[in-house]
Amino acid sequence: MRDARGEVKRPIGLRLWLSGGWLALLVLAALCAPLIAPNDPLMQDLFLGRMPPFWMDGAEPGFWLGTDSLGRDVLSRILYGARLALIVALVAGTLTCLVGATLGLIAGYYRGWPDRIISRFVDIWMAFPPVLFAILLIAVLGPGLMSIIIAIVVIDWTRFARVIRAEAMTQGAMDYVASAQVAGRTRFGTMLTEILPNVLPTIVALLTLEMGVAVIVEAILSFVNLSISTDSPTWGGMIAEGRTSVHQAWWVLVFPLITLFLTVLSFSQLGEGLKDRFDPVLR
Amino acid sequence: MMYEVRDLRLSFPDMAHKPLIGAAPRLEVLKGLSFDVPKGAVLGIVGGSGSGKSTLGRAMLRLLEPTGGTISFDGTDITHMGEDQLRGMRKRFQMIFQDPMSSLNPRRRVGGIIAGPLRLQGLDGLTGRVDEALDMVGLPRGFAQRYPHELSGGQRQRVGIARAIALRPDFILADEIVSGLDVSSQAQVLNLLGELVRDLGLTLAFISHDLSVIRRLCDRVLVLHHGEVVEEGATAALFDAPQAAYTRELLGAIPLPDPHQTWG
Repeated sequence: MRDARGEVKRPIGLRLWLSGGWLALLVLAALCAPLIAPNDPLMQDLFLGRMPPFWMDGAEPGFWLGTDSLGRDVLSRILYGARLALIVALVAGTLTCLVGATLGLIAGYYRGWPDRIISRFVDIWMAFPPVLFAILLIAVLGPGLMSIIIAIVVIDWTRFARVIRAEAMTQGAMDYVASAQVAGRTRFGTMLTEILPNVLPTIVALLTLEMGVAVIVEAILSFVNLSISTDSPTWGGMIAEGRTSVHQAWWVLVFPLITLFLTVLSFSQLGEGLKDRFDPVLR
Repeated sequence: MMYEVRDLRLSFPDMAHKPLIGAAPRLEVLKGLSFDVPKGAVLGIVGGSGSGKSTLGRAMLRLLEPTGGTISFDGTDITHMGEDQLRGMRKRFQMIFQDPMSSLNPRRRVGGIIAGPLRLQGLDGLTGRVDEALDMVGLPRGFAQRYPHELSGGQRQRVGIARAIALRPDFILADEIVSGLDVSSQAQVLNLLGELVRDLGLTLAFISHDLSVIRRLCDRVLVLHHGEVVEEGATAALFDAPQAAYTRELLGAIPLPDPHQTWG
């Protein structure tokens, strides 16, 4: 009665390699920024303003991706900006996931009045335009890293709550849940040991997606100058500054934009790839 | 008596007809059922789709709480027993589910699926008990390391049976357990169940819409229609001389090998 069904292993896809590789590179850059950054990201030198990247005429040696209008090194600022982006992605993403997934799981599995309360909150929440909501929150809380993280959690927990609720409802209707009850497992125990493992791939996919979203939200808030102090380099801040001089020095805008794009894309692709890996049926 | 069921009623709120303001009307699924399941009996519960047979099964295992009447299991009234009290009794009545794909947690290995209820009921020597259960349902012990999706439908249903008998229950409810299987797997699973019932001295309630299956396995039959018992009796007598019109209708729907032959 042996067959090969259990033996098939899927190779780690190109998608996982590329997205994981880019993010690993970014983590390395964030950790080692002081060691590998060629210049001080805050150092201004008006004589070196708007230097083009290394392959163009008039490039200044040592400033690989050029300089902005104040003569600050674009590459060094991107490297230092990765720190803030990653901290926001990890902390805000994880907290959002914890809050949203917990509420979604409870609503979807217990149904009844917990579901009614949580679902109504989600409905009301979703009626607010998210960016305006964030700007309002930061205005109240004051700018700073903590405020950004709180704003992201407060805005985005509904994304998790809605999806996980639906998923938990689907799983809750399965007979293996009834069978756990027949075996005498408690409601809470069933939620943790039967439902949660089946919802986990979705949670992981959403979590990485949310990390990407967190990076974007941080960039948006920097763009409207509501992020951290203007001194510390952020990708959103760089994009905002680069926008004003895009015709004279496009590289100030384009390089942080590409970095942001690749990072957000990598997060979502990592999630999709991990979701497949997590599933014993697809594995 | 294993089960004594008296005037059992069960209704759900009918959300499809809920008015904008106010409570939803109740949808009566079980409308006052009374019957006994003697110890050691193999009772077939038959009825069409929507007759309430699955709801009855789930009420007997207290996956649902009845809205009226009483259910007593081996002399104990379990009609409104709380989940904490029920937990201690649950190893005595077990269930095999209809769809073995949905009733086996896809994230667990077969060994973990069978061991789960044993661990919950505080039994030890889990590996030995899992091996023994796999032996009894005729699966290789190595299957403990497999995931449900790696098994065929018949094999999965054997795992479902192994999970139920591993606890050594007094009573097992089998809810349409062969309706998702092909004909040869059906026969194998039914033979296996018949043997286990005999060897372990189990009391079995077997829910099915298929009278030919019931005839083969059960010694008593309960015919349900629209949430009411229309007929109850020994299998042979019921097949030979059906009393209720609905039973005759059901019997008439079984294809016979010879078109000139009739039942009874």
